[in-house]
Amino acid sequence: MKLIVAIVKPFKVGEVKRKLEEFGVHGLTLTEAQGFGRQRGHTEVYRGAEYQVDFVPKVRVEVIVLDDQVEGAVSAIVAGAHTGSIGDGKLWVQPLDTVARVRTGERGPDAL
Amino acid sequence: MHAVDTSWVLISAALVLFMTPGLALFYGGMVRSKNVLAVMMNNFVAMGVVTVLWAVIACSLVFGHDVGHGLIGNFSLAGLGGMAHGLPGFAHDGASPLAIVTFQMMFAVITAALISGGTTDRIKFPSFVLFICLWLLLVYVPLAHWVFSPGGWLAHRGVLDFAGGTVVEINSGFSTLAIVLVLGRRRGWPSEGMAPHSVPLSLLGVGILWFGWFGFNAGSALGMNDVAVHAFVNTALAAAAGLLGWLCFERVRESYPTTLGAASGAVAGMVAITPCAGFVTPMASLLIGALAGVICAMAVRLKFRLRYDDCLDVLGVHGVGGLVGMVLLGLFATRAVDPHGANGLIAGGGLHLMGVQVLAAAVTVAFSFSVTWLLAKAIDRTIGLRVTPEQEYTGLDLTQHAESAYSYGGMGRIGS
Repeated sequence: MKLIVAIVKPFKVGEVKRKLEEFGVHGLTLTEAQGFGRQRGHTEVYRGAEYQVDFVPKVRVEVIVLDDQVEGAVSAIVAGAHTGSIGDGKLWVQPLDTVARVRTGERGPDAL
Repeated sequence: MHAVDTSWVLISAALVLFMTPGLALFYGGMVRSKNVLAVMMNNFVAMGVVTVLWAVIACSLVFGHDVGHGLIGNFSLAGLGGMAHGLPGFAHDGASPLAIVTFQMMFAVITAALISGGTTDRIKFPSFVLFICLWLLLVYVPLAHWVFSPGGWLAHRGVLDFAGGTVVEINSGFSTLAIVLVLGRRRGWPSEGMAPHSVPLSLLGVGILWFGWFGFNAGSALGMNDVAVHAFVNTALAAAAGLLGWLCFERVRESYPTTLGAASGAVAGMVAITPCAGFVTPMASLLIGALAGVICAMAVRLKFRLRYDDCLDVLGVHGVGGLVGMVLLGLFATRAVDPHGANGLIAGGGLHLMGVQVLAAAVTVAFSFSVTWLLAKAIDRTIGLRVTPEQEYTGLDLTQHAESAYSYGGMGRIGS
């Protein structure tokens, strides 16, 4: 099993969710995050004082998939999150040792 | 008692009182969220202690019989008593004396509250309370007597100050400068970003200030008459012109026209018209407001140049705006608006009025700054003015009041 973590633009989350559902992954976790890569932030001005804000609001999407679903899920997320401009985000895949379903206690692939 | 005059004065008193919570919102929105309750608390506690001190003793020192040379009043009105024969120097057929001093009480409250705009993020709460109690008696009371009481020496000299350009505006501005110099800069200022946490809150606050200012200025006519109507209109015009003036400055000299700039400009316009309100024409008010909007927009930049941390620009808006108003009054005052006023330069009165206006402004600056500085030093040397660095990093809301303004997220406080 693998954990896919994707940092995406907040307004693309709906699209990412749809593409994942189309692929067959039902379930994800969302956190609000801030970040930047090549996309720089913006300047705010309050009574003449300029504030350079480097961080840009992002959303962190996490999904757990089976090993043979990784390629498809990654493609789905990329397709859903893509806009073509700087700041679209990144994703990475981490291996998982154990996964458990809280309600039943099932472990492993049955927990997905 | 004159019923109509008294009702207008009472309504105005309520309007002015409303300005202090309005100020709390204005200030609150401009600080970081970890300090919002603390600055609002400073405003609310002023409503508490200043009210009590005014009723017990300060009112009498301001409006009681002058003890000599126009320096201070006596104890004849202590406890808000002794008004059976009216207030010394005031007409007997006007508004109720008790209504007048209650109206004036709200002025004392907000002037003290204004100072909290410079001390945000780092003042100890008990020290702030002690400070405003002593400041009220040592700084506000003498100035108010000199200008507002007919027995005061500046009033005697013919100084015109309709609603407190000296007593409220210049006073609060330069008193704040004095205390921030003693208090020191915020840790991390100005290199670290300390942006407002809620501009909408500030805008709401300015809306309330705007509304209340009609009471502040028009109520200072102490009755319902032509002068009061002029003061009302002039306030509206100066606010509008100030807003536009500040916005123009931002657009031309900087980059974006900002909501905070528009709001601050309206305040600056109203600050400047405060001494002038019942003495000038509507068109003059537009000019006064516009000039204040531009000049104050420039003045608030000064603190970065001179490196003093007047966090919320009490000096830049109230101090400077008050100076602008007091001086311009020497130019624009006309008996055509208030026959009991005076003619300024343009109305053919020569430079005499200008002279006393400048005198009053200078006296206010010197007195408010020096006495406040000494008072701040004295408190700092004894119980200390400032919180510890740890407390400053954590924020005043938690460390001074054990409160947190906002529970972040829909889940509120997770775990306990």
